Amino acid sequence: MTAVEVEPAAPARQERVNRRGGRGGRSGSWVVPWLFLAPALILFLYFKFIPMGNALVMSFQNVQPFLGNQWVGQDNYVKVVTSDGFQQAAWHTVLLAVCQTAGSMVLGLVLALLMEGRSRGLSFIRSAAFLPVVVPMAVIAELWRIMYHPTGDGMLNSLLGLVGLGPSGFINDPHTSMASVIVTGIWRGAPYDMMIFLAGLAGVNRDLYEAAFVDGASRWRRLLHVTLPGLRSVFSILFILAAIRGLRVFTEVYLLTNGGPNGSTEVVMTLITKLGLEQNRLGVASAGAVLLFLATLLLTVVVSVLRRRERE
Amino acid sequence: MSAASETALGLKESRSPQARLLRAVVHAIVLVVFAGPLLALLVSAFNHVSDPTQLSVVPSSPTLDNFAVAVDHGVLKYLLNSFFVVGFGLLLQVVVSTLASYALARKRFPFMTIVFVAILATLMLPEEILAIPLSLILSDLPVLHINLIGTLAGIIVPVGAWAFSILVMTEFMRDVPRELEEAARIDGAGELRIFAQIILPMCRPALGVIGVFGFTMIWDQYLLPMLVAGDSSTYTLPLALRTLRIDPMVTPGVVMAASLLALLPSVIVFLFFQRSFVHGLSSGALKG
Repeated sequence: MTAVEVEPAAPARQERVNRRGGRGGRSGSWVVPWLFLAPALILFLYFKFIPMGNALVMSFQNVQPFLGNQWVGQDNYVKVVTSDGFQQAAWHTVLLAVCQTAGSMVLGLVLALLMEGRSRGLSFIRSAAFLPVVVPMAVIAELWRIMYHPTGDGMLNSLLGLVGLGPSGFINDPHTSMASVIVTGIWRGAPYDMMIFLAGLAGVNRDLYEAAFVDGASRWRRLLHVTLPGLRSVFSILFILAAIRGLRVFTEVYLLTNGGPNGSTEVVMTLITKLGLEQNRLGVASAGAVLLFLATLLLTVVVSVLRRRERE
Repeated sequence: MSAASETALGLKESRSPQARLLRAVVHAIVLVVFAGPLLALLVSAFNHVSDPTQLSVVPSSPTLDNFAVAVDHGVLKYLLNSFFVVGFGLLLQVVVSTLASYALARKRFPFMTIVFVAILATLMLPEEILAIPLSLILSDLPVLHINLIGTLAGIIVPVGAWAFSILVMTEFMRDVPRELEEAARIDGAGELRIFAQIILPMCRPALGVIGVFGFTMIWDQYLLPMLVAGDSSTYTLPLALRTLRIDPMVTPGVVMAASLLALLPSVIVFLFFQRSFVHGLSSGALKG
């Protein structure tokens, strides 16, 4: 790459003009952009596009290392869609994604409204509240595992005890495990949404507030008729981001419960890794992954279409 | 503009004692809920925890024992692995992204739109979904036939491809004025020099954004190191936490000490580059 493009620091002006003329046009030769793009293209090809293609191909195959792959048509998909385990995991994934998305957005919006402002104290509290977002998921999972300790003297259980509740089994009880995973997710998702809402709030037209003030509108009416409509695009973006994040959820479930107890928190990704990495059923696992991808794609497309229709 | 117009709720309006008290209570709750657990982590890391079910909130018997035990279990090696991965991974990611963005933002060439859209489309493609085919590819890179499983390079090379950085960088580079580039070109600067000496220095804010986001993204990687790890010698610190927890001889205090080491780098990066971070969050998210 360098060989083509690095020119000596100060070549004779005449020579330069000739060379440029030879290449034709001031944008340089057509090779240049491709040379700059080459490293990215190679990496994306190797680690995004080829894996995606392979997943698609493997999803139609019975993958047998060393024996050769066998084309089996839609068998893997039939197996996946009709299996109880996958249906349950898909339901859990949707439940988790919906609850986490809704919870994070509602809590994030409330936090943003409460913490909007320029004072130093507020910006300190905002930064502190944002910390969970930058802490690695693995750390959060280990921390919450301890906080969720199922006996009465566990951290959260002793808090529950103060108000006369509990002790709860949290992640160890099939009845509460999913809710516990969701709560941990909201704890990390809400501050993220808060930051985005705050950016959105800063963009709401201040003149409208002024007008509402002059018209004597109450705080509540102003929020309902000026602020929330002004945040509409923020809502749809956060919805897409959070929904994708929710559908692909893996690390926190893997570390908190690994799908247990009794499969009560098994989501699509933990199931896929079990099928693929532990049981080596690569074809079936790939079919599951492709279905998950299609769900993500469908969701993104639907939301974008809805947004466009709304704008028109 | 009246004070009431400042915020959506106009919370500054009321300066009555009750309103102030209410504000203080709300802020305290927010702090306790979101920073409290992390504070418990911090305190527990330095506390001698005898009860395996408990985190300590109040420092009672400060000690460094937890860290000593953690180090005995190889935590320093894992931390070093993490730094190695994030150092080289981020370097690769930034170099690759800025080079690609230069072509996408400053050049016109056939198929440009297709390339740009193809790269952006991977933003919608959750990397988790690629886990299994990716692990197969890493064990035998097509054409090159190199096996990256069990090497740190297996984590470093794939994180080089990140569409977010390319998106942020390309948008920013588009706005760099043409005149500077033209002037440099007339002075005889080649493409690489224009890229490195004219365009890049103008992109410092965007470099801050992709640097900070890239760091936290790579530091938070879990599934990829898990796919790549042959044995514990290539574990990154986040990956090692689970092994540590499963060890029956290890107390929660030790896990918290290791967790503290695992969260400090990204928290420090966030606190130092907060402005870049918040800027990137809002601009990156609100553009879509």
